[in-house]
Amino acid sequence: MFVRFFSALGRPILRFIQYLGEVVLLAAETFMSIFTRKLRWKLFLNQVVEVGLLSQLVVVITGGFTGAVFAAQTFFQFNKLGMGSATGAVVSVAILRELGPVLTALMVAGRVGAAMSAEIGTMKVTEQIDALRALAVHPTDYLVVPRALAMMVSMPLLVAECAAVGIAASYFIAIFLLEINGTYYMANMVKWTLSRDIIMAVSKAFCFGILIVFISCHKGLTAREGAVGVGRATTEAVVNSSLAVLICNFFLTMTLNIIYPAGYQ
Amino acid sequence: MNQRIANSLPPGTAASTEKKNGAMISVRGLTKRLGAQEILRGVDLGVAHGETLVIIGRSGGGKSVLLKHLIGLMQPNEGEIWIEGQNIIGMNERQLGAIRRKIGILFQGAALFDSMTVAENIAFPLREAGERDPKVLRERVREMLEVVELEGQEQKMPVNLSGGMKKRVGLARSIIRRPKCVLYDEPTSGLDPVVSDSINKLIRRLQERFGMTSIVVTHDMKSAIDVGDHIAYLHDGQIYFHGTPNELQQTTDPILQDFMHGRSREELRVES
Repeated sequence: MFVRFFSALGRPILRFIQYLGEVVLLAAETFMSIFTRKLRWKLFLNQVVEVGLLSQLVVVITGGFTGAVFAAQTFFQFNKLGMGSATGAVVSVAILRELGPVLTALMVAGRVGAAMSAEIGTMKVTEQIDALRALAVHPTDYLVVPRALAMMVSMPLLVAECAAVGIAASYFIAIFLLEINGTYYMANMVKWTLSRDIIMAVSKAFCFGILIVFISCHKGLTAREGAVGVGRATTEAVVNSSLAVLICNFFLTMTLNIIYPAGYQ
Repeated sequence: MNQRIANSLPPGTAASTEKKNGAMISVRGLTKRLGAQEILRGVDLGVAHGETLVIIGRSGGGKSVLLKHLIGLMQPNEGEIWIEGQNIIGMNERQLGAIRRKIGILFQGAALFDSMTVAENIAFPLREAGERDPKVLRERVREMLEVVELEGQEQKMPVNLSGGMKKRVGLARSIIRRPKCVLYDEPTSGLDPVVSDSINKLIRRLQERFGMTSIVVTHDMKSAIDVGDHIAYLHDGQIYFHGTPNELQQTTDPILQDFMHGRSREELRVES
């Protein structure tokens, strides 16, 4: 009975470790290929359009409304203490350090990660990936490298955009709706927002981009059993990417806070 | 009768022996297990340069699995596969690249890239080999479409092609780099008899025109007799018969007779 219990307990743990190993190996192979193989520029630029350009609307809406609602909630609490004009500083630091990177990553995981997994998964179950291999084209070089590079380039820019739109939206809400004094709002925001907050946002964006692209591509490359398998791979890609982003965000926050501490020291 | 009635190859495994025999492809003791099921149980097979070998056998008998091993798309549990004197077992994806440039494969469903046009699909291997001149690419695509009798279809998308057309485009893509050998996985399955016959003639014509070695996996007896120089029958994960189409047609072996005439051993039971 004990043997069966530990076997039932151990099997998912072993499967999880194997899964992590496969994702890490895919990442290692991709980085090796980036530095040693010729880049397919056309595919890379296509992916930049897919990941970066076509995610604009999602990112702008996410950033804008998050900034607006966060400004309102902060003002409602701070105003009771007579600190309404500190809203700008809180919103800008929070959006740069946490909300911008995490929300953008979650949106990109849902939009781009799902598309990557579905596209590669469909290619897998229709033997198109076998066809690539049979034509002496390495699937990692052809499918993963352009996507990974596009994600590494696009994610920091998308997070910067999300944060900028969020801060701008919070400013307009604060000035025109909540009637905070604009000069104090801006002065506090500029005073408490430091370049290391921006560095932290961009660093997190880069890491989240890497997580999403490798988890999604791996799910696509290991899809099986036809349409059902592709559907399952797509769902798992989004769920796993989102969970990985949220979990890694904690560890990144703790680590990056040592390198780039919040506020004045 | 459950013994092999023909053996395909003389013994010996060294690369020098393979070269001396002039074998394009030589398989020794190939075993493949998928889960608990043993699909291939020690397959021995040899194909000479310029020869057309047809592998026949019942559905689910491991023919396509065997074919995928020959190009390194699957790795066996045991055995050796020699391609022009090189054992490909244990090679990684990048090392297999050089072998795969010598061999083309036509997949059962053609496996065309569905985001590309017919012309882009056919030109793909040349592009990947570094050819960038649009004039050269256009000319080579046109030439290949002429070989497979699909002139003027360059701009169509795979989704708008019939099954037979897809197979022809797949074939054009696999031969554009002039490989030494082409593997065909069920080239006539799902096609009507007339289209099947035209595909058979196409395989024969390619072999005559370019001198390519061909391995055709099928369970279509007419196709096997039409295109094969030799026929191998895969049964219970082993090569049960290896001989010429004539030898196959004259055999009295009940297993082969049943397969050739499409006879099942199951009794027809009528409920009273």
